[in-house]
Amino acid sequence: MIDDVRAAADAAVERLAAVATLAEARALETELLGKRGPFAEFKTQLGALATVEEKKAAGQALNEATQAVQSAVQSRAQELQRAERAVQLEAERIDLTEVLSKPGRGHAHIVTQAWQRLEDVFVGLGFQVAEGPEVETDWYNFEALNMPPDHPARSMHDTFYVDHGNPGSTVLRTHTSPVQIRVMQHIAPPIYMIMPGKVFRNETTDATHLAVFHQIEGLVIDRGITLADLAGTIEAFTKAFFGEGFSSRLRPSYFPFTEPSAEFDIRTPKGDWLELGGCGMVHPNVLRAGGLDPEEWSGFAFGFGIDRMAKERHAVGDVREMYTNDIRFIEQF
Amino acid sequence: MKIVHSWLTDLVPVGDDVEAIADAITHLGLAVEDVKHVGSTVPGVITARVLKTERHPDAAKVHRVFVDSGDGVERHVWCGAFNMQPGDIIPLATPGTVMPDGRAIEPKPILSIPSEGMLCSARELGLGDDHSGILILPEGTPLGVPYGDALGLGEEIVYDLDVLRNRPDAFGHIGVARDLAAHLGLALGGAPTALAPTSPAMSAPVEIIAGDRCPRFTTIVISNVSVTASPDWMARRLAAAGMRSINNIVDVSNYVMLETNQPNHAYDYHTLGGGGFRIRLAHEGETIVTLDDVERTLTSADLLICDATDRPIGLAAIMGGQNTEISSSTSVIALETAWFEPMGILRSVARMGVRSEASARFERGADPYGIDTSIARFVELLRITCPDLVVHDGMVDARSEAHLPGATRITVRSNRVSQLLGTAFTAEQISSLIEPIGFACQAHGDDLEVTVPSWRPDCTLEIDIVEEIARHFGYGKLGKTVPKSTQPGGLSPLQQRRRHLREVLLGLGISEAMPHPFLAAGDLERAGLAPEAVRLLNPLVVGDDVLRTSLRPGLLKAIEFNESHRRSGVALFEVGHVYPPSNDVLPAEYEALAIVLAGCDATAAMTIWRELVTAMGWGARVDQSNVPVGLHPTRSATLSAGKDVVGAVGEVHPDALDAYGIDERVAVLELNLSILLAAEPKIAQWKPTSRFPSSDFDLAFSVPDSVSAEKVEKAIRQGAGNGLVDLALFDVYRGKGTADGTRSLAYRLRLQAADRTLTDADVAQVRDKIIAGVAKLGASLR
Repeated sequence: MIDDVRAAADAAVERLAAVATLAEARALETELLGKRGPFAEFKTQLGALATVEEKKAAGQALNEATQAVQSAVQSRAQELQRAERAVQLEAERIDLTEVLSKPGRGHAHIVTQAWQRLEDVFVGLGFQVAEGPEVETDWYNFEALNMPPDHPARSMHDTFYVDHGNPGSTVLRTHTSPVQIRVMQHIAPPIYMIMPGKVFRNETTDATHLAVFHQIEGLVIDRGITLADLAGTIEAFTKAFFGEGFSSRLRPSYFPFTEPSAEFDIRTPKGDWLELGGCGMVHPNVLRAGGLDPEEWSGFAFGFGIDRMAKERHAVGDVREMYTNDIRFIEQF
Repeated sequence: MKIVHSWLTDLVPVGDDVEAIADAITHLGLAVEDVKHVGSTVPGVITARVLKTERHPDAAKVHRVFVDSGDGVERHVWCGAFNMQPGDIIPLATPGTVMPDGRAIEPKPILSIPSEGMLCSARELGLGDDHSGILILPEGTPLGVPYGDALGLGEEIVYDLDVLRNRPDAFGHIGVARDLAAHLGLALGGAPTALAPTSPAMSAPVEIIAGDRCPRFTTIVISNVSVTASPDWMARRLAAAGMRSINNIVDVSNYVMLETNQPNHAYDYHTLGGGGFRIRLAHEGETIVTLDDVERTLTSADLLICDATDRPIGLAAIMGGQNTEISSSTSVIALETAWFEPMGILRSVARMGVRSEASARFERGADPYGIDTSIARFVELLRITCPDLVVHDGMVDARSEAHLPGATRITVRSNRVSQLLGTAFTAEQISSLIEPIGFACQAHGDDLEVTVPSWRPDCTLEIDIVEEIARHFGYGKLGKTVPKSTQPGGLSPLQQRRRHLREVLLGLGISEAMPHPFLAAGDLERAGLAPEAVRLLNPLVVGDDVLRTSLRPGLLKAIEFNESHRRSGVALFEVGHVYPPSNDVLPAEYEALAIVLAGCDATAAMTIWRELVTAMGWGARVDQSNVPVGLHPTRSATLSAGKDVVGAVGEVHPDALDAYGIDERVAVLELNLSILLAAEPKIAQWKPTSRFPSSDFDLAFSVPDSVSAEKVEKAIRQGAGNGLVDLALFDVYRGKGTADGTRSLAYRLRLQAADRTLTDADVAQVRDKIIAGVAKLGASLR
């Protein structure tokens, strides 16, 4: 019987090697190891053997044979499973570059992108962000900023006048500086604030000038603020926004609302100087207009264009392109 | 302001390192925008005389010119200009010459006849814009010499300065020289020899009527002058500074102005009625013909210079009249040097729209006490061409002392300077910085009493002096420190919400547009919006004077633009201000959001709105009974929250689409962000997720068109109670199988209990309750 058992095991292993699919392997497993399989049959015959030794030997042989078949089933099944998965995987191959065009994400306007980058840098430097109206009173736009009526510097501003209230009383803000006054009136110092926004100049547009554009303004008011603090803040901004390789300088200039006034230039890693914006110590008359005592508080302000940041970052040849609302432009960024 | 290098070096020995000088000027606050080399000549261009001209029968556009360049050889040149006569002296570019535009002159033949050079126009030689013909040189010019020698040309270097309002003195070379001298520690020159008037006395008396407008008016009579050409160097410097050379007297007048910043005017004494002046305000409607040949009508706020017979002879501080111009026969002049009150001049200039070199200086503020020096300088310079001139005793110095500015004295506190500049300057250090530019300092302990020089009327406050101190110390030497904010930086909650809103919109595939806030007349009406709007008084483009009350017209234009460039289906949003009229101090400006989806119907806008509701924690009633203006009457709704209208949703009215030339449907969502972003949003609160199995089932109802899906949904939610965890409308169907005036709405529901597995009986019960509830709306289960 032992020989029969071994022969049956060998035959079973041979048949298992021949099956081609996992399903056949499972069917064969049932056939061989099931209740009606040859090994079950051998088990029923064990009792008929004569001696205990014979029973023991035959039983051991049967166990070994059954285990051998079971292990052969398992390994064959695994082998077939792997093969079938391999076939499936190969059949599922796709060309990942074969992608149908679908509408994708929306694109933020490049001026908004520049605006937010600037905000983020200043937030990192400890600034908060204030906003104000775009239609302003003459008082906020000029008078409170040390430009009383008839002040010659008003002619530098090419103002849009708005038909609202008394003639000449209402303008489209020519700069974001009126927000400085609103901030001083509503927030007690210390003030570390930036003021981004739309501004308006009544001048003919060309590749580098717009009648409607965006500025960002900074205002710091605290005790003991100096011109060196202004230079240091501009330098910190320059490095944070443009990169470590950049530096900055101030040179004397004139604005009615700051004194001493300066232009600030930035130096590129190549060594070129670029004019960036205007700045200065807040004029005592402006502090007074904002309700602050210039003997107690001092501060500085600075401002520059946002549009130019966007234009130069993306090498836009003509600033007017940024406002055509041409989707072919918007989607580039 | 154009500063001529050679002129500047006459006044202060700054040397010839042009780049370093330009840099120094810039760092003194007088930004050098450009450095130009002007008046350089073209080597190889020589003077020649025209011998004869000849037409060639086969050449229509050119003729043959025969010239002699002094060596007696007849040279032949083809020429396309016909303005020369035999005997004229002209510039000849000889073969091999390279013109300023890079063109090399070659003996290029026409009709096989070679051309031995080219005759030049003024423009071809870089001498201005005249290209109407060949440049004809003055008679008597020697032949065969470089044309530059004949014209007295020589290279001048010009610094183009952006002089700002606070530096009126820098409109004269001396002002720039003074700054540089102080900065570089050099001595300032340029002081003229003193006047030495002689008898007999001759005067041009002055009567000042309007003393507030003309506080000082001086005259001096100079005889034995003759009108000739100026020396070459003077003509050259004037040209380099942008002024044309006229004759020796006018040139000296201009030269003195450009040097000292003091305008002046020389009159022909013999044509001066009554031999004197009256300075008065014009009569309303009075006219004068100014030197530029324009008849100007004046108001009673304009200041006139009249002769002693009250005949107007000049618009004070702005421009002279024609009737007393210097002529070739002038031999006696009356020189006016005056000081006018700046604001009055500024107003006249603004009203008349006429500016001159003189008015630009007076309106910024000339030096009321620099007059004597400038007269002396005038005489000194005129003596070069008129060595025998006589300056007569009898100078008149008419003043209205009450209106003449006095000396400005300012107390400057050293500790205040330190506070603002972050320095620790002593009084002596401060004096040493500003005395070289004319600020006289007297120390009183740590404070200084500073007397402002009369040429710096801009300095009236302590802070003005602080700026001068910083300027002459050097901004770059003040150091760089960073002040520490004691409060955290950050965006406000509203600003954070606005950022979040933008991110959600971008994620929904909508791109950001930025249309102009100005609209053209009719834009609002075409969009079906109310025409009431605030207007600009002085629009840049005539007609573009409407301040938008809605973002919609700008976005509709953007859709039209993109459609016309074959980009249909664009999805755009704008976050921007609108400015509805108001009776308040300012218009009722607020921040708005508008979204337009081209090629989409109203449901797309509703989908966006629902997304925003959950993303932003907003809420509003969708009120379709209240159709917003300009929107599709049966496909649009007002969004209201409490009493506030917070927005509109739906589709643009087809009339508006037609008016804007848009072919697609346009879904639209407009929101008032000033309201919505200001509100603290509801923060989503955690609902525990049940661990028990859920049961799904679908319900389709036949619903009359008059009953909104929103109502059906509400009824379903009411009927289902707490067990409803998901509800989705997944199909809307009208057509075969639905009764007229009804549609089928199919919903998928998921029920789930927090504490147990629902039984079939539970589900059936809920289902029946829902059906009964929805039936009350007049809908039935399909």
